[in-house]
Amino acid sequence: MAAPAKRPVGMQARRRRRLNLFRYVVFTVFGLFIVLPLLAMARFSLEGAKLGTWSFTAYRQIASYNSSEGIPPLISAVEITLELAVITSSVMLVLVVPTMIWIRLRVQWLARTMEFLSLLPLTIPPIVLVVGLGPIYDKIQHLSLSALMLFWVYVILALPYAYRALAAGLSSIDATTLSEAARSLGASWFSVIVRVIVPNMWDAILNALLLTCALVLGEFTIAFFLLYVNLQVELYSISRNTPDAGVIFSTSFAALLFTFVLLLILSFARRRRRGLPRG
Amino acid sequence: MAVAATGTGARPARAGRRLSVPNWIGTVPFFGYVAIFLLWPTGIVVYDAFKNPAGNFTLSGLTALGNSQVRGYFIGSFKLSLISAVIGAVFGAILAYAIAAGNPDGMIRRLYLSVSGVLAQFGGVTLAFAFLVLIGPVGLLFHAGWYFNFPWGITLIYAYFQIPLMVLVFLPAIDGLKVQWREASESLGSSTWQYWRYVGAPLLMPAFLGALLLLFANALSAYATIQAWEDQVPYTVPQQIYNSMSSEVGLANINYADVLALGMVVLVAIVMTGYALLQRRAARWLR
Repeated sequence: MAAPAKRPVGMQARRRRRLNLFRYVVFTVFGLFIVLPLLAMARFSLEGAKLGTWSFTAYRQIASYNSSEGIPPLISAVEITLELAVITSSVMLVLVVPTMIWIRLRVQWLARTMEFLSLLPLTIPPIVLVVGLGPIYDKIQHLSLSALMLFWVYVILALPYAYRALAAGLSSIDATTLSEAARSLGASWFSVIVRVIVPNMWDAILNALLLTCALVLGEFTIAFFLLYVNLQVELYSISRNTPDAGVIFSTSFAALLFTFVLLLILSFARRRRRGLPRG
Repeated sequence: MAVAATGTGARPARAGRRLSVPNWIGTVPFFGYVAIFLLWPTGIVVYDAFKNPAGNFTLSGLTALGNSQVRGYFIGSFKLSLISAVIGAVFGAILAYAIAAGNPDGMIRRLYLSVSGVLAQFGGVTLAFAFLVLIGPVGLLFHAGWYFNFPWGITLIYAYFQIPLMVLVFLPAIDGLKVQWREASESLGSSTWQYWRYVGAPLLMPAFLGALLLLFANALSAYATIQAWEDQVPYTVPQQIYNSMSSEVGLANINYADVLALGMVVLVAIVMTGYALLQRRAARWLR
């Protein structure tokens, strides 16, 4: 590299070194702050009957779930939560993606309204929403008591995050030109949306899916208030009702690890896609 | 007039063949969904806050917000949100700077960003457990006497998701600082301190304050973690909303939960408006 002639090279190098020292100190401190609580939980989940011993008892108890042993029905909560994540993401995509593209192409004057409504849940915390949801869920519960019915409101909770991800994707492509080209070749509006625009925003869609799943896997407030049992509520009630500490921490840790790995896989998958050469 | 021309002249074949359906019909499912599951419940909260349990209109809900007991919960929420937002913002900014100073395609940056993305969403029940076994009464690292102290114990726990959120929100602002600005101020003879004092800090300030407000709103609406941390003593508004809904405690002549919820909506709306304004201000320099 051709450095400018009279740069005080020594000073630059000294500053670089200082900066790097600062960075490594910062990374170490924050790394510890992030990792230590997780390690503590992992260690606790492996606690044996006597303090300081190691054992897999807690994990074995979850695996061989058997209500006669007094282990709470964690598996069903995991199942419900995963199903909720899938349903919520699908409803979100079907509801938001076509509407967004349609507004972008044909009904521009509604764009601001959609943005406002989509970001509105950020200013209405779940704890507030749930107070008003009581009467509405009374009606839903007449039709079905399943915890899967939570997806109706989870779509709303995830809407701001999904919207922002999708809006970023849509604004980075020239949707108008693409649709005009497709239309002039005789494509229907359906194939404009599904076969032309959507394939151009897979990254954004994947991103929106990731955020939606993350939200559903960690949701507690709404389920807890409406007396549904999802993963987080189950963990909470185990912690309140079980004297056996190992089970709580092994279940929490297993659940956490599961969420973590799922999200990390998704986020790395997204990065890899972006890394691919275009075309 | 253009309207008349489209009406009569343009595309007569189409207009004749099809029933003309307005374009906005396609957006009805979305807006209908949002109306039922977002606007309606919010409307119920606002409407019920102005009614007493018998169903008559009353303003005593609003006066109850000035009641010293109710005010206590709002002050608790405010204190916790403010402290955890400031701590999260300061440490998050430091971490974001350390990340931004490195290789933009480096492993450390990718790792920290992915982890931050996960942790910023991670304000759940498990978070409280993790800190309980780290520094709580049964802590493996040490036994912090202040673990159950409000607001410091819970602030430390909140920092665990506030700092990553700050990294995610603030990193683009730091990335937006151009190397040329640094070089320009150096060629004019400024020191590192002067660069940050007169160039860097003023440029980053709107983004920083905006992020601070976002963190504040985030802490304000968080509920799961504090419920798992301490479910006996309510310190904050969300906890008190739960108590009032589950056990009918509180003031008898108003819809207590709705009034508390309305108070929260107003508070969060103010904060988020400030956030939006500051974001717009910050965007001016960061393109």
